[in-house]
Amino acid sequence: MLGTPVCHGGDLLTEHHIKTPLSFEDVQKLALGDVVFLSGRVYTARDKAHALMRQKGSPVSLEGAALYHCGPLIRGGKVLSAGPTTSGRMARYTEEILRLGVRAIIGKGGLPGEPFRNRAVYLAYPGGCGAAAALQLKVAGVHLQELGMAESLWAFEAESLGPMIVAIDAHGNDLYQDVRRSAIERTKI
Amino acid sequence: MRDIVIEATVHALQRAQTSLPDWVLQRIEDAARLETNSIARSHLEFMLKNVRIAGETRLPLCQDTGLPIFHVEMGRDLLLDFDLGEAVAEGVRIATEQIPLRPNAVDPLTRKNSGNNTCQGMPDIILEIVDGRGLCLTAFPKGAGSENMSLVGMLNPADDPFDFILKAVAERATNACPPLFLGIGLGGTFDLAARLAKRALFNMPGTSQMEMDLLRRVNALGIGPMGLGGDTTALGVKIERACCHTASLPVAINFQCWAHRCATEVIF
Repeated sequence: MLGTPVCHGGDLLTEHHIKTPLSFEDVQKLALGDVVFLSGRVYTARDKAHALMRQKGSPVSLEGAALYHCGPLIRGGKVLSAGPTTSGRMARYTEEILRLGVRAIIGKGGLPGEPFRNRAVYLAYPGGCGAAAALQLKVAGVHLQELGMAESLWAFEAESLGPMIVAIDAHGNDLYQDVRRSAIERTKI
Repeated sequence: MRDIVIEATVHALQRAQTSLPDWVLQRIEDAARLETNSIARSHLEFMLKNVRIAGETRLPLCQDTGLPIFHVEMGRDLLLDFDLGEAVAEGVRIATEQIPLRPNAVDPLTRKNSGNNTCQGMPDIILEIVDGRGLCLTAFPKGAGSENMSLVGMLNPADDPFDFILKAVAERATNACPPLFLGIGLGGTFDLAARLAKRALFNMPGTSQMEMDLLRRVNALGIGPMGLGGDTTALGVKIERACCHTASLPVAINFQCWAHRCATEVIF
């Protein structure tokens, strides 16, 4: 299914509704700056889960998965607040995580763009919007719970998680890189 | 009296976590109206929607409920017959359970989480002695995304501090959840500059010509909300100054994300 033009912020942006598990075909049609809503299984992982997965492997199959850089606030099996955390801290794991078959990494602030080429996309969820994200997510399970609430690997069932922006696409484009380069150039004026 | 402080701490945290001050909301709304980049505008609108949802559900607007930082103004004529820091810590523990808050405070080396947001050095209480016998507490929960990007530069007095600030913002803003509030500490010493930068965040509203000029230059960088491009890179700049050594030029930048959470309780 191709994206549909939908009004976002007063302009028409191409909007996609995708569902996990994701194939390469699903993600290669997503272009830089498109809007994405994602449904289905989403796994969270941040600092400690990544370090542990490097040592022991992932406790779940990440083939076709959406991996969310998020340390949620959970109480009584309910998601109370669950916005993105800074992906940059997990940059060192990008290559090995994508090698496990992850097709979409969700977070904020971006990751090295090159490992995404011909493989996966990076989706930017608006930072600080944990209350809104909580309404789109349900707890389906939890792994690595010994790491604590924020650092556990949570399995969420997402219903139209978004709006997310395609910030790194599968064709070698990186919106953060473009914006940062131009900002650094402008400091020299 | 101790109970009143505990209760005020819980109330201040509850409000700070689930709403934003009116002046902060106003700046986001104004930015959303003036923004010309559609991705940026859609982000700003979603941020406003998120604050509305947090208010309705009374749940934390960001899952990073931050470290417990408090600014306390205490009258010099006030006598307290209890440990103020301990009472605020008790308030933090209750708030963590009640609101609830995510347990964020860990030992720096073992990384062991205390589970209740209090441990050695936390909560951090910034105490200011003022005239009179009043007591006023501001909760200022600070998330790691923006705090991690903050820095102190010990510049050469021949350097231009504003060039240093612009370069740091260009390189670091993306991870700090822009649009930002920038607390700038200019002068003093290594640690005084950092304290001034934090205080600048408390004193954000009200802007001088120098602050307006810096804000304009920051927004001209085009970093935009969440670093995806746009006109709105910062919503406010505040500069606090102190004299420094003739051989020094300390400059501190305390980054604050768009969700400038703070709530004040006047205890008496």
